[in-house]
Amino acid sequence: MPEPIMLELRDAARHFDVSRPLLQRVIAREEKRILRAVDGVSFQVPKGTTLSLVGESGCGKSTVARLVVGLYQPTRGEVFFDGLPLAEARADPTKRQRMQMIFQDPYASLNPRWRVLDIVAEPLRAFGLVKDRRKQVERVGELLTQVGLSPLDGQKFPHEFSGGQRQRISIARALSSNPEFLVCDEPTSALDVSVQAQILNLMLELQKRLSLTYLFISHNLSVVRQVSDRVGVMYLGKLVELAPSETLFHTPRHPYTRALMEAIPDLEMTGRTRIPVGGEVPSPIAPPPGCPFHPRCPLANDRCRIEVPAMIPARGTPETLVACHAVEEGRDGFLDGKPRLTPEPA
Amino acid sequence: MSLLQVQNLRVEFPTRRGTLVALDDVSFEIAPGEVLGVVGESGAGKSMTGAAIIGLLEPPGRIAGGQVRLEGRRIDNLPYEELRRIRGRQIGAIFQDPLTTLNPLYTVGDQLAETMTTHLPIGPAEAKKRAVEWLELVGIPAAAQRVDSYPHEFSGGMRQRVVIALALCAEPKLVVADEPTTALDVSIQAQVIALLKNLAREKGTAMMLVTHDMGVIAETADRVAVMYAGRIIEIGAVREVVKNAAHPYSAGLMGSIPPISHRVERLQAIEGAMPRLSAIPPGCPYNPRCPFVFDRCRVERPELMPAKANRAACWLYAPEEAQRLQESGLA
Repeated sequence: MPEPIMLELRDAARHFDVSRPLLQRVIAREEKRILRAVDGVSFQVPKGTTLSLVGESGCGKSTVARLVVGLYQPTRGEVFFDGLPLAEARADPTKRQRMQMIFQDPYASLNPRWRVLDIVAEPLRAFGLVKDRRKQVERVGELLTQVGLSPLDGQKFPHEFSGGQRQRISIARALSSNPEFLVCDEPTSALDVSVQAQILNLMLELQKRLSLTYLFISHNLSVVRQVSDRVGVMYLGKLVELAPSETLFHTPRHPYTRALMEAIPDLEMTGRTRIPVGGEVPSPIAPPPGCPFHPRCPLANDRCRIEVPAMIPARGTPETLVACHAVEEGRDGFLDGKPRLTPEPA
Repeated sequence: MSLLQVQNLRVEFPTRRGTLVALDDVSFEIAPGEVLGVVGESGAGKSMTGAAIIGLLEPPGRIAGGQVRLEGRRIDNLPYEELRRIRGRQIGAIFQDPLTTLNPLYTVGDQLAETMTTHLPIGPAEAKKRAVEWLELVGIPAAAQRVDSYPHEFSGGMRQRVVIALALCAEPKLVVADEPTTALDVSIQAQVIALLKNLAREKGTAMMLVTHDMGVIAETADRVAVMYAGRIIEIGAVREVVKNAAHPYSAGLMGSIPPISHRVERLQAIEGAMPRLSAIPPGCPYNPRCPFVFDRCRVERPELMPAKANRAACWLYAPEEAQRLQESGLA
């Protein structure tokens, strides 16, 4: 039997109106400018697993995180949390407390004027979970121990901690309402690499111990590799590839995914020459027609310039969903055993 | 002879609560055409080293000891005006954020031309012509038109290309690049690194590349210096340091980088955090976090000494501690 689904997005989109004020717009005879931060994203996260979203800045991955926790309303499409539409789930405090978020910047996400005790106890108070002050202190002590800090640290202020310790405090706060689902938006990208390893280990341990479900947002493919069960690659507000982690890293199918992996600096120093992707991410205000990646894609042809590809199982690796005409038509050479990132010789 | 010599450099910050030592006894050399990578975690002093060399320490920070020599000539004690002429002409600088490096009120062409007319014996017309050539060289499409654009009209990756052109256009002998790719996306990063590397090689420019990204260092640098708490704790050829680090900290640092090639059960992490400048422990600054610590480390400060193929500041590599080194498994 498949695992029950914790989170599901169906064609979710979030657009932002970034037009100039009406009067200026009328004078300058401008159209409305709509930024399509997320433009039709569908995926499911089974309970107890980790889905990661990767992509470069501006691809819409953080907007997805905010849609999922209800900080933004979707412009189109639906978000379901544990089978319920998100708005309904969020209206019910007993449901809402099952979902928490960990933010990127541990310096901005903790109130500098509050003691750690009060920061971590805030969800306990907000949801009325533990009313007695003495019990609150006790519970916070447990939570701090769980994330590798001391119960005595509750009396300190955030500035007395290093970046890694602050992120532990954020995690303790997120865990205080006994959530089952955590949205982690770049939880380690502000940390040094040796500290990043501590936090990732902690998150993996907690997942095992408390059977948590994670939606993990990151731009760092190596980090994603270490934590994910499934990985979605985003480009310009759309998912372009969604696959089990091992499949994605062994046989990346979408040309963008392959280019991303190609671009990672190599510690192994095998001396291979990396083929950098040419060009840059186009503006999400005026995305190119057809496949959003076609202006940078070495495999693009006329169909790619006109028709938007749908997410369909990839030929050869059916567990991968990929939105690419070249993969669908076998133009990527994967089936002939000669995967290529160069156009077919004419 | 080496192009840049840094000897026993010490940088201090006087504060109300006493003097903080941000850099302590930092020594290294860079040969012409060589790329030296400087790595370390935030607060280790890597950017401070770059700033001290180009004479751009933020006050009240000051060089309190040691020397910086460029082609044998001392530059750390020069008056401001004289140093300003060297900076730009002989030392180029590239910083992390390309938007704050460029002046938003001038076109990129004007900024390039100004740099060249200031430092090279050429007139405005020639400078303008070369500005277009430089933009072409760093891979900006339609350079002849873009030369009259303002910085805000460029994307992040393109701006960083302009900054690179700006740093190199006076044909300096040394470039100090402080996290030149950190603000960029991976796919753009690869383009910029390839560009920097090729230009440095073509022009024979020496480069000091400061970054926290070991991948970038592994691909670009010839030698690498690892910094911790204001000191260089290991220095050697890049391959040796990455693959076969001698110092327990460098080894831990390399081990904590998540691999892309496979999934590991548990990442190696270094427990604890780097000490604050106000509380650097006596002896070896790494001793509270070091798994191999012994009594001597807590008292006596190790200097750089031969260790494997590199030089490392770690007592395990003192000849009299050979037994201990064997037992540690680091050898």
